[in-house]
Amino acid sequence: MDSGFMHQLLQQLINGLSLGSIYALIALGYTMIYGILKLINFAHGDIYMVGAYIGYVCTTIFHLPFLPSLLIAMAGSAVVGMIIERIAYRPMRNAPRIAILITAIGVSFFLENGMILLASPQPRTFSSEFSASVYHMGGLVINSQQIIILISTVVLMLALTYIVNRTKMGKAMRAVSFDADAARLMGINIDRVIGMTFALGSALAAAGGVLVGVYYNSIDPLMGMAPGIKAFVAAVLGGIGIIPGAMVGGIILGIVEALVSGFISSTFRDAAAFAILILILLYKPQGLFGKNVREKV
Amino acid sequence: MLEVKDLEVYYGAIHAVKGISLKVDDGQIVTLIGSNGAGKSTTLHTISGLIKPKSGSISFDGQELVGVPAHDIVGRGLVQVPEGRHVFSNMSVMENLDMGAYLRNDKDGIARDKEKVFELFPRLFERKGQMAGTLSGGEQQMLAMGRALMSRPRVLLLDEPSMGLAPLLVKEIFSIIKTINDEGTTVLLVEQNANMALSIADHAYVLETGRIVLSGTAAELAASEAVRKAYLGG
Ligand SMILES: Nc1ncnc2c1ncn2[C@@H]1O[C@H](COP(=O)(O)OP(=O)(O)O)[C@@H](O)[C@H]1O
Ligand SMILES: [Mg+2]
Repeated sequence: MDSGFMHQLLQQLINGLSLGSIYALIALGYTMIYGILKLINFAHGDIYMVGAYIGYVCTTIFHLPFLPSLLIAMAGSAVVGMIIERIAYRPMRNAPRIAILITAIGVSFFLENGMILLASPQPRTFSSEFSASVYHMGGLVINSQQIIILISTVVLMLALTYIVNRTKMGKAMRAVSFDADAARLMGINIDRVIGMTFALGSALAAAGGVLVGVYYNSIDPLMGMAPGIKAFVAAVLGGIGIIPGAMVGGIILGIVEALVSGFISSTFRDAAAFAILILILLYKPQGLFGKNVREKV
Repeated sequence: MLEVKDLEVYYGAIHAVKGISLKVDDGQIVTLIGSNGAGKSTTLHTISGLIKPKSGSISFDGQELVGVPAHDIVGRGLVQVPEGRHVFSNMSVMENLDMGAYLRNDKDGIARDKEKVFELFPRLFERKGQMAGTLSGGEQQMLAMGRALMSRPRVLLLDEPSMGLAPLLVKEIFSIIKTINDEGTTVLLVEQNANMALSIADHAYVLETGRIVLSGTAAELAASEAVRKAYLGG
């Protein structure tokens, strides 16, 4: 194999890994909310957009450093996510599935148009402090943003895994998503647990939004649409409702997209995501990590 | 200590519970027997706050429970072991017991109560690290009961603990229910297996299509002609 090819391959893997990390961060919220409410939260991509705007305000208007900006964007979006759950989804808890889906689409329009009203449809550019320092390593190009994305994603995923597996709230989340009535019979306040799930999922999406702002430098009110759909594909790819599935699904999707744009043409990048969705639905509809039948006695 | 009055429960247009009244006194085992579809589970779910009644009252130590959210009812000392067990099969036996202790924060007390549960159900101890979904039906029933005990209930609501179990296991489970009661927990036991239920209960109610048709001491009902015919096989 010639070294030009290997070099190109490695380069695309690096690019794919950073892109995939963003998808994974968004996909986690999709999968957690689906796991607990069986709701495809179509507004989730827009929460990512809200996170990016909060990050923009922090870094570019108030000139805060990266880390505090990231944390503020995560906290702010967590609150937005909880408010959305409280006023839009909770009253619909027992409504037919289709009504809830339409509500989610309504929330999505509301957030997009709300942001257009608030911040104008014009794209915004993140502060130039965040423009890349580029590192060359054996001919490969890695920029500082990619490193920030990877480190942030790994830290956030470790934190999430800890919360879900080790804390009381995390165990309650697993209990509620497995059997909500049984969870209520344990004394678990499921409204609070569902609210926390929206908070956590929204915070992760917001982190993705801020990282994208830092990476691509440009954000706009409709920036959540395409990544929202792709993160949904990533969640389905991993097995919707399964947390490690969303992590892996996001990374795989990012890498596939990078390889397609690097070796074929970036025109087919988006098509690749949907080809994956179709293949998964045809051959393994439960996703890579999904079990065939859910064991429930 | 627990008193249900004129309870009416609907599922949409289906009138499932039609004016039930019953009483459970401190320290008793009271059983609610009736065939499939009589409204037994609906009654327990309403007491536990999972379903809202159309009318009627449920009082526990003089306090009204209707309108109190399900999780608060557990906090007040009334806990249900649902029909079909509903253990968290994706969690280990230990984690299931932890979920039962969800409202408690006294680490030492929780650890001590786990030991008590394991004394009551030695089989659970042997399987404490195992996923609950891999347990047999009888073991899952034991786990569901142990999990409920972890909240230190004053009243335990049991929904058909004998369902789907072999006769020998049913005997074992019922003798454990008796032990739990002897140690001070009041029990409201829902059963289709009238024989077994009447053998350990103090007081009994018979439910038919949403109405209580008979009630009395367990001994009276076991001797009653109507009950023998309908529920005790002659
Ligand atoms: N979720 C539900 N929706 C509609 N009808 C129900 C539901 N659950 C129970 N029912 C009906 O209510 C009646 C009482 O059911 P249930 O309380 O489960 O009886 P039991 O526990 O005595 O077998 C039955 O006619 C049953 O079909
Ligand atoms: Mg029943």
